[in-house]
Amino acid sequence: MSRRFMQGSEAIAEAAIAAGCRFFAGYPMTPFTELLEHFAAKLPAEGGVCVNAESELEAIGMAWGAVATGARAATGSTGQGLSLMQESISELVRAELPLVLFNLARGQGDYYQATRGGGHGDYRHLVLAPVDLTEAVQLTQLAFDRAECWRNPVLVYGDYLLAHTAEAVAIEPVAFDPLPSKDWAVDGSRSGSGSPRNLNPIGMVPGKKGIEPERFWKRLQAKHEAMAAAEARWEAESTDDAELLVVAFGSVARFTRFAVRELRAEGARVGHFRPVTLWPFPSEALAEAARGVKRVAVLEQNAGQMIDDVRLALEGRVKVVAIGGISSDDAGFGVGPMLEPERIRARVGAALAGREVQP
Amino acid sequence: MSDEVLRSDRPPESGATRTGEFKPTLQLGTDHDLCAGCGEPLALRTILESIEELGLAQRTIGVIGIGCYTALTSLMDLDLIQALHGRAPSLATGAKRMLPDRLFFTLQGDGDMANEGLQEVIHAAARGENITCVLLNNGVFGETGGHMTATTVLGQRTKNTLEGRDATQHGYPIQMVDLLAPLGGTAYAARGSVHDASGVVKTKVMMRRAFETQMRGEGFSIVEILTMCPTGWFVPTAKGPGYLNEVLGAVHVTGEWKRDGRLLRGAEPEAPNEAKERGAV
Amino acid sequence: MSQRGHVVIDIERCKGCELCIPACPPQVLRMTGEHNRIGAHYPELLSGCTGCRACWLVCPDFCFEVWQFDEPGAPGARPGE
Ligand SMILES: Cc1ncc(C[n+]2csc(CCOP(=O)(O)OP(=O)(O)O)c2C)c(N)n1
Ligand code: SF4
Ligand code: SF4
Ligand code: SF4
Ligand SMILES: [Mg+2]
Repeated sequence: MSRRFMQGSEAIAEAAIAAGCRFFAGYPMTPFTELLEHFAAKLPAEGGVCVNAESELEAIGMAWGAVATGARAATGSTGQGLSLMQESISELVRAELPLVLFNLARGQGDYYQATRGGGHGDYRHLVLAPVDLTEAVQLTQLAFDRAECWRNPVLVYGDYLLAHTAEAVAIEPVAFDPLPSKDWAVDGSRSGSGSPRNLNPIGMVPGKKGIEPERFWKRLQAKHEAMAAAEARWEAESTDDAELLVVAFGSVARFTRFAVRELRAEGARVGHFRPVTLWPFPSEALAEAARGVKRVAVLEQNAGQMIDDVRLALEGRVKVVAIGGISSDDAGFGVGPMLEPERIRARVGAALAGREVQP
Repeated sequence: MSDEVLRSDRPPESGATRTGEFKPTLQLGTDHDLCAGCGEPLALRTILESIEELGLAQRTIGVIGIGCYTALTSLMDLDLIQALHGRAPSLATGAKRMLPDRLFFTLQGDGDMANEGLQEVIHAAARGENITCVLLNNGVFGETGGHMTATTVLGQRTKNTLEGRDATQHGYPIQMVDLLAPLGGTAYAARGSVHDASGVVKTKVMMRRAFETQMRGEGFSIVEILTMCPTGWFVPTAKGPGYLNEVLGAVHVTGEWKRDGRLLRGAEPEAPNEAKERGAV
Repeated sequence: MSQRGHVVIDIERCKGCELCIPACPPQVLRMTGEHNRIGAHYPELLSGCTGCRACWLVCPDFCFEVWQFDEPGAPGARPGE
């Protein structure tokens, strides 16, 4: 497939459509807006529908309805809009509906939101954090596949840089294993049959009064444990003899990886670890990569969120330091001076030398 | 009439035709946990019978809000999507866009539609979504125990307006059908009431017209049904219908408010043949 | 007295709300003093039912099945006898 120069938003929309997405609903907000624009422009020609929802609450409701019919559907926003959607996200997990969500965030401050959520109850969903457009095209398609495989929402976490950077990229279709049939989808065909479907988040069964919440929630817990065991993805580089391991995710990892490669070429014993799934966090792989290092340095563009998962993964065996911090442009979109390669190099260098890094 | 008590535990042995089954065909059973004297099961009957009579049984999907009526889903022989509180119109929108030839209805209460989800239903109507929203209006959050909603009428006692709804403190009720009928995307709007048998029959006529409007692809339809909530109103069950008709019905006026895209402002639906036949009344 | 209609009452489903009583135009339904399994009073049928289905339309608990006699006053028309 030929490569084309396009913005991240366009590449993600095209990848979603290539994956069979036929419904999208959204409400504009920077830096997510262009994703909505591209879906609105492209979906009708594919026989799909893009609704300009009047709010994020309605956007996720519409996408919920679409996905309940068995269609591949998605919605998204920026962190703020995702905050509004939290009730629905929790309950979509419980209703076991494979909705794909995009957070094109303003920086990396939504790590907690993505992995812990602001929703209620015991719920979990995959979070995929592409490092660049090529990976975003793959992970977008993976998101639809994994969502249906587990009957669970999947969130793709990108940011301003991913959405707005233009690169030459090919929308290569990814081949996946066959999925189970969607016999759960509601299409009206079982109405009047005596055994209809009721797609609901509380374990209601047609013809039966009452619910069994404990049994229902424990079954979901078991599913989420299986997801956690099966779905961790990561990228590790130069970890064998490293003294310092740098951990970063998403667009930011593109800069840290570049700095680590440069330092490596100069002979520094530094490695790089990038979680591709933020949930499940690749804890075992990180622990393995960190074996023998003196220090682990976490560079994230927020006040310190992923560092909790890093510490949990390492269980106190290695010293973990923060070398990132809040950094933004004047508009608050998270394109901050910290991302300049020289600054990142300096921070990694300081961590390597055992010096403190001022956020 | 005489005081002779007849056996009523079995049908006549011969020479008779059954003209009313215990439950509608599209109902899975009769056992439910809603209160004695509740009006919501009566509204359910009008929905299920209309679907059956229009021959849409295998093409219908219900999208259900959160309130006491949610428990009625165990009785419905229909493919259903359970929505969150207030969100049913959006879910129905997304689902209908994917399956445009199916009949979609939402089932919502006044708390669900007029409080939590007001903007959802207004936008769905304004967009002219080809769905039917059904509002069961009892003027209270029945499910939570009888609290004020946006449709509670002035003077109505609820658990959080013990002295009655007072406009200076709690504002004025929203009349949902009056609000939605004038919107450009609304093709059919009507308000019925199940306070007596003729009200149930008329409500069913409205339900059928709304579904027919949707199947003709004419746009958004709303059927509001005034229903008894004796528990939430703190009135004896036998007084429920009267209270509904006189207190809520005085503010939420029954009738057709829009038909074939034309505003009617509460016209009585002309007595359909069926109503005469069934008739009760 | 001739019977045009007849109802079967599922007294075990009845919750005793009494909505059927004033709904019946010929007033042939009357609450009993008996209790069913859930402790509710339930209605009984007097003679003179017309089969109009008003009770059936207003009962929230689906307690009524309505029958219409093919020939009013026919011999089979007196289930109480
Ligand atoms: C987001 C949210 N807030 C509050 C509730 C609690 N709640 C459940 S039902 C209900 C009110 C239902 O009122 P209505 O829709 O009028 O139905 P009714 O019970 O009167 O039939 C409320 C407030 C909820 N389920 N979800
Ligand atoms: S509380 Fe009101 S609405 Fe709810 S079941 Fe009881 S009577 Fe019906
Ligand atoms: S069918 Fe009519 S007449 Fe007969 S018991 Fe019912 S309401 Fe009364
Ligand atoms: S209306 Fe139904 S539930 Fe109420 S008293 Fe009559 S038979 Fe019983
Ligand atoms: Mg209510």
